[in-house]
Amino acid sequence: MSGARLLGLAGVVALALVPLLPLGPAQEYIWHVIIQIFLWSFVGSAWSLMGRFGLVSLGHGAFLGVGAYATVLLWNFYGMTPWAGAGLAILITVAFALVVAYPCSRFQVVGHYFGLVTLAVGEVIRLLIVAERDWTGGSLGVTLTTGGTASDWWTLQFADKRVFYYVGLAAWLFGLWVWWRVDRSMARSAMEAIGEDETAAASVGIRVARFKMAITALSAALTALGGVLLALYLAYANPDTLAGIGVSLRIVFAVVLGGMYALLGPFVGTALTIALSEYLRIYFGIKLIGIAETIYGLLLIVFIIFLPAGIYGSIAQAARRRLARPSGRLPLRA
Amino acid sequence: MVDPIFLLEAVVNGILLGGVLALLALGLNLIFGVIDIVWIAYVDLVTLCMYGVYFLVSLYGWPLWLAGLAGIGIGALLGVLVHLLIITPILSSPPINQLLATGGLLFFIQSVATLLWSTDHRSVRVSLPTLEVGGIFISFTRLLAFGLAILAMVALYLFLTRTYTGTAIRAVSQDREAIALMGARPQRLYLVTSAVGGAMAGVAGALLIIQYAVHPYFGGAFGPLTFMICVLGGLGNMVGAFAAAFIMAQVISVGGVLVSTEMGYVIAFVIFIVLMFVRPGGIFARRA
Amino acid sequence: MLELHAVTAGYGAFTALWDVSLRVGQGEAVAVVGPNGAGKTTLLRAISGLIAPRAGRIAFEGAELAGRPAYEIVAHGIAHVPEGRRLFPQLTVAENLKMGAFLPSARAHFRESLERVYALFPVLAERPTQRAGSLSGGEQQMLAVGRALMSRPKLILFDEPSMGLAPVMVLRLFDLISRVREVGFTILIVEQNVRQVLKLVDRAYLLEVGRIKIEGRAADLAEQDFVRQAYVGL
Repeated sequence: MSGARLLGLAGVVALALVPLLPLGPAQEYIWHVIIQIFLWSFVGSAWSLMGRFGLVSLGHGAFLGVGAYATVLLWNFYGMTPWAGAGLAILITVAFALVVAYPCSRFQVVGHYFGLVTLAVGEVIRLLIVAERDWTGGSLGVTLTTGGTASDWWTLQFADKRVFYYVGLAAWLFGLWVWWRVDRSMARSAMEAIGEDETAAASVGIRVARFKMAITALSAALTALGGVLLALYLAYANPDTLAGIGVSLRIVFAVVLGGMYALLGPFVGTALTIALSEYLRIYFGIKLIGIAETIYGLLLIVFIIFLPAGIYGSIAQAARRRLARPSGRLPLRA
Repeated sequence: MVDPIFLLEAVVNGILLGGVLALLALGLNLIFGVIDIVWIAYVDLVTLCMYGVYFLVSLYGWPLWLAGLAGIGIGALLGVLVHLLIITPILSSPPINQLLATGGLLFFIQSVATLLWSTDHRSVRVSLPTLEVGGIFISFTRLLAFGLAILAMVALYLFLTRTYTGTAIRAVSQDREAIALMGARPQRLYLVTSAVGGAMAGVAGALLIIQYAVHPYFGGAFGPLTFMICVLGGLGNMVGAFAAAFIMAQVISVGGVLVSTEMGYVIAFVIFIVLMFVRPGGIFARRA
Repeated sequence: MLELHAVTAGYGAFTALWDVSLRVGQGEAVAVVGPNGAGKTTLLRAISGLIAPRAGRIAFEGAELAGRPAYEIVAHGIAHVPEGRRLFPQLTVAENLKMGAFLPSARAHFRESLERVYALFPVLAERPTQRAGSLSGGEQQMLAVGRALMSRPKLILFDEPSMGLAPVMVLRLFDLISRVREVGFTILIVEQNVRQVLKLVDRAYLLEVGRIKIEGRAADLAEQDFVRQAYVGL
């Protein structure tokens, strides 16, 4: 087994063993933070499946929201267990994604245009959620109705946060696996060709619309799953935290910060942003609301201008360059 | 069924709303049409101008008309700053980076506003009468804002067609190298465009603060709407944006009366998605 | 008037011009001919400032122009009629001409310049409000030349003006260019249509794969071998 793989495996094993460590009185809080990091990294990886190929969506909050709300509402109103509800929610989200993706894929809606369309779509979903307040709870959000017991397998509620630690870890690893598979697939080469020149790609026989829609569907499905898991973990869904432009931008920011083209980029970025936001919350308390986002926004601008490959991405690039020096040739972006 | 009087009122209000929305869309389109970058944070610049006018009036006691003019100046200044500090470094970056840079600016503005001025809603109280024309009630404030918006758009039109700089701005959007061969500096033209786009945001801000309350997330309400109007009209197409603004405003206004305010917006947005399906290039797709 | 000395220029990793030297005297009409890909357009772009040369000097009436931006160079008195005309398609004829006089020095004599252009090209005077994109090929070329004249230049660079024009239009075009020359402008013209252009100019250079191969008086060069060389590059 190669060195990198061995390291990766060791890392996974180490992570799997973490919950067995005694982390003291603050452990509930630490689990909470780590679970958030896992789940949001998963969402970030899902987003980057589109982002890395030039399909920059600024409305992924829509997929999060539809996935989350569909699952919660199916349980609250129809008693459908989230085990099944999640599947249905993901299907609904994918169908919705395909409806929006179809005109975009067929008619060369790319770049700025695409960003704006997705932004609008994201807001539509958020507004729909708020408008239908009778059954979605509007801006107050909706809580997962539980029978009052702390642990319930039926609704995936667990008293011990560490169970969700493993759920989060599994999701995160799953996301990495999907990313890795796409990276090595024919789809990746096709999407990169499409990203560079759609017309040229079409002229060599690449079914542009099909690839774009497939990638969009995959990204949407994974994002929806992330939304489902987040809603189940928090037992609560809110249109501003799980839908809309705010959360969409936050996802994008975290991925860009970490590095959009690298496997672990979304993870690094998400970990940093969540850690930063928690630190600021502890440090400033409620004194300076908005300080975290202010710093995010500033950092995002600075990073885009000076370090577009992100933190992890830039380090990875530099490392690759050092490895390439002996032969003098730069390897293709792996 | 709804009383036809209310429907008529909704139509009129829709027209009045359309005027201001058109102003927003034109400013955004001007910058995109010339520089080829979408300022995702455009409506947040409008928000800042609204705050500017608000503070000048309520804290420093300026008369409204003077504060409005200052608002235009603030807008122009913001336009210049954004162009110099954020846009110029990323002019040749891939579109995603450009989107993210202005997206980051959106984030930044909204959070700085929260930091400095909290999420309180603030408005400038204007005591103007409500007119009654043939049974329908029209707010004079809205009528005034509409009139001024039209005036601003006419001024923009004259600037773009009658002045040297304005024509040069149209020229640089058609062929950047050729205009350089005539002795014009494309970078300077971009700067002027950004200043003008910012000034339009300032006008919009002054007109909006007398109708709506401002808060840090004001851009969240009007932003996506403005983008949708621009996309519907065909990105970069000024005439298209103008028309699309009034169409969307009608849908929102009439839908708001027929169903509910929020559903009015939802219907408008759904129509947008449907139209995207049917005519993805926008109702009046930009010619090459 | 214009002197290029050992100019090397290109795009990115690709070099299109190697060590090119040429000169154009005041009042002269000079042609640069050569096969496709010889670097003729690059040459004019280097002179007018659209690209910066990597090496060499470009002197115009004593001033060093190499590496200066385009908007500065046009202020020195060099106008460039680009390959493919590069008109502003959505602007009208009148607006295109107006843009030609963007320089403050040109704006001061706008009326005068406009009358001269309309006198030279009466077709343009007939339709000042027509969109430039809807003009015919020949009319577009005239507008492009007229636009260059509006900046009151001393030297005019023509990049393949006959490209895309019907043979009848080409004759008319060269006739117009010679009239422009008669009025007092100095001309540097890059062309593929060797036979026609040699009738128009005083001297010519042959540019091949980025280097000057032959230089001479037009009358001397208007013989079989040179023309064949210019077309085929052998």
